[in-house]
Amino acid sequence: MIPFYAFIFLPFIFAIIVPFLYKYLNRQVHTGWFVLLVPLSIFLYFLQYIPSVAAGETYMYTLPWIPTLEINLTSYLDGLGLMFGLLISGVGALVILYSIFYMSKEREALHNFYVYLLMFMGAMLGVVFSDHLLVFYGFWELTSVSSFLLISYWYERRSSRQGALKAMLITVFGGFAMLAGFIMLILMADTYSIRELIANLNLLQNHELFLPAMLCVLVGAFTKSAQFPFSIWLPDAMEAPTPVSSYLHSATMVKAGIYLVARMTPIFGGSSVWFWLVAGVGLITLLYGSLTALRQTDLKALLAYSTISQLGLIMCLLGVGSLAVYFGSGEEGTVFTVATFAALFHLFNHSTFKGSLFMVVGIIDHETGRRDIRFLGGLMHVMPVTFTIALVGGLSMAGLPPFNGFLSKEMFFGAVNEVAHAGIFGLSSLGVLFPIIAWVASIFTFVYCMIFIFKTFGGNFRPEKLTREVHEAPLGMLIPPLVLGLLVILIFFFPNLLGKAILIPALSAVLPMMDVAPYDLKISAWHGLNLELLMTVGVIGFGWLLFKTAKRWITSLRGFPKGFMLSHWFDRGIEETEKLSGSLTNRYMTGSLRHYLIYIFSFFVLLLLGSLLGLHGLHFDFSQDAPIGFFETGLAVAMILAALTVLLAGNRIVAIVALGAMGYMISMFFVIFRAPDLALTQMVVETVTTVLFLLCFYHLPKLKKNIERISFKLTNVIISLAMGVTVSLLALAANGHKLFEPITSFFENAYELAGAKNIVNAILVDFRGFDTMLEISVLTIAGLGVYLLVHQRAKRRESNETE
Amino acid sequence: MIFHTILIIALVLLLAAILFNLYRVIKGPSSADRVQALDSVGINLIASIAVYSVLLHTHAFFDLILLIGILSFIGTVAFARFMERGAVIERKR
Repeated sequence: MIPFYAFIFLPFIFAIIVPFLYKYLNRQVHTGWFVLLVPLSIFLYFLQYIPSVAAGETYMYTLPWIPTLEINLTSYLDGLGLMFGLLISGVGALVILYSIFYMSKEREALHNFYVYLLMFMGAMLGVVFSDHLLVFYGFWELTSVSSFLLISYWYERRSSRQGALKAMLITVFGGFAMLAGFIMLILMADTYSIRELIANLNLLQNHELFLPAMLCVLVGAFTKSAQFPFSIWLPDAMEAPTPVSSYLHSATMVKAGIYLVARMTPIFGGSSVWFWLVAGVGLITLLYGSLTALRQTDLKALLAYSTISQLGLIMCLLGVGSLAVYFGSGEEGTVFTVATFAALFHLFNHSTFKGSLFMVVGIIDHETGRRDIRFLGGLMHVMPVTFTIALVGGLSMAGLPPFNGFLSKEMFFGAVNEVAHAGIFGLSSLGVLFPIIAWVASIFTFVYCMIFIFKTFGGNFRPEKLTREVHEAPLGMLIPPLVLGLLVILIFFFPNLLGKAILIPALSAVLPMMDVAPYDLKISAWHGLNLELLMTVGVIGFGWLLFKTAKRWITSLRGFPKGFMLSHWFDRGIEETEKLSGSLTNRYMTGSLRHYLIYIFSFFVLLLLGSLLGLHGLHFDFSQDAPIGFFETGLAVAMILAALTVLLAGNRIVAIVALGAMGYMISMFFVIFRAPDLALTQMVVETVTTVLFLLCFYHLPKLKKNIERISFKLTNVIISLAMGVTVSLLALAANGHKLFEPITSFFENAYELAGAKNIVNAILVDFRGFDTMLEISVLTIAGLGVYLLVHQRAKRRESNETE
Repeated sequence: MIFHTILIIALVLLLAAILFNLYRVIKGPSSADRVQALDSVGINLIASIAVYSVLLHTHAFFDLILLIGILSFIGTVAFARFMERGAVIERKR
């Protein structure tokens, strides 16, 4: 049997082949038909795992990657991974089938499209099957990158590029935060494996890094799953082609954050911070998304906000479900286990109905040329099949029977009602907010679902506002949403089939410590006249009332001031940051060499003088010093005078002459300190330098030749004085401290060792000849450089003249 | 001992000469004065190195004496050409 990790790489391998297929076969066959084989085979392959995984088996394979660093491609297959794997490959197959009819063979760059899509699919499979934290992160970033590429698929459009950039910035920010969290986890438990992390729970929970790691991981999950306030990238990502929106931004990628939270529940669940963040943020997102969805006139934007809101719902359920970890396996724990079960159930349901709804919008866009509800209407009779699918998906999203959304929404209400009675983590007072917010958000959800269905398909048909001749979509385009719509209904009638086969194994992966009998988790469409049912009835009643009066209040909602929108603030923030960093950089990168020298020298002084004084490194010891003679003193005075002359000289000739005098004096110092070779060299070099200075002086432009003295600047004086003082202090302090005997005694044997009576020369060419060789090459390079500079300049001048 | 004292006195005088020359280098007033003074510093250096070598009982610095002689000549010529013609090395015309 082929190990399942091979199927993670299958999309990547196929992505390499796709451009060739496109190039040689696109004329005859749409490239998508070949690509369709990949998710189909993966889906069929994973199907056969269902019985064994449902029986509680897990599979693990390790492919060594960097064994010395313990980084291996560890693939782990359990219920949760299998559920996501089936979703990814199943919805993937349908989306590719849909895209074959949606994307034109002649006009679109299909090779790009399918390469990106396959890359994404492989990365997503990698995310859900990785057990190794760093490999998980790698695949996670790959989903961000491929999503970026897919959003900007029509890269000639400005809005596509902007949407892609925004998505990239936010998800990669979250990805980095998640990486930081992972590294903390690795540090705490000294393992890379998620399974071993769960096994070493007690090691983690009392560690001081536990909370930071949790927060970082949560930022990663929230950005990816478009939770409040990181949700702003998702509506802008709707610039992608509709199959992409359907696949990435409703069914798979945005659920990666959900997957992460579910995976980490055994580790972090049970702490109050985790509960409040996950459930609270989920609840806020639910309300925010459903309220904002009402404002939208663009169908895709409406669906984007509805996705945000539904993701919030799932997140909230996962947060509530994490209470089960706190309570453990008792009666109360079981109640909250049901919440996690509901989360997984709704996750599955959402993928089905949202996928189909996006495809419906794609069909409408494709057939009418419009996707703004202000232009659409009365499509019911023109596109009956599309209408049916939209009705099924829309009502399921609203939470009506006989569709699967009804079941998961009932379970959601049940869970939030339980939270109100939980009585821990301060829930006894605040817990009552949960059902209220959930209920209000559900009413809004109902209203926008109605708007989606009836503003598009109801009302009067106005062909004059549409850009194309409207007719029903081709069959191939209808099949994928039909399959999903059929699933929506089938799951309602046979929920326990799905529950037993997929959801319960997934649940036992999320909450491994809970031992729940399957009969506790039976999903039933009718469970008596209870509070949840009454809430649903209320949702329908109020929702219908609001929908009927929508004309009156929805305009005021659309006229909402810009200042309240997160996206506006994000754009402003980016703009302001760019401006601020630009002005900051312009302020210190002035382009003036003088300023840079000031930075360098003041840094030098601050660092050296600061550490000398701060670490009490200044000790002077003059006992070893030789006596100072009159001749040295006189020479030093002469040198100081010459140096001052250089500084205060009225013209440059004086400065050059004074510099020459100073060089001569230095060579005299070499004589006094008995260094004949140095004195010789110094003398020659000094003379040559003086001549060179004169050469340069001759070439100064006429205008500037008569600049008088160096202009006085206080900062320059201060910095130069500080620099001189620092170096002097350092030299004086260093001179008195000889920690070791110098090695000069070794060089005194120059005659025996090297046959040279001149020690300096023996060192230069024998003991340390390597330095000399490199010095020679420095001089060579300098000479060549001068030659080239002079020569090239002369050449250029010639060529300018000939022109 | 007397010889040593004489050498020291010679050094002091040479040092004084260098300092006075330096005064001329600083004071000016024309460039020619300064170059003249620099040349003179070189010659004084030759003398003081010679005296110093006697003091140190070494002949390691004799090369230097010759070199300073050559170089201060070259330097002075270079300055002179510069002041006279505006350039140290002229192109062939």
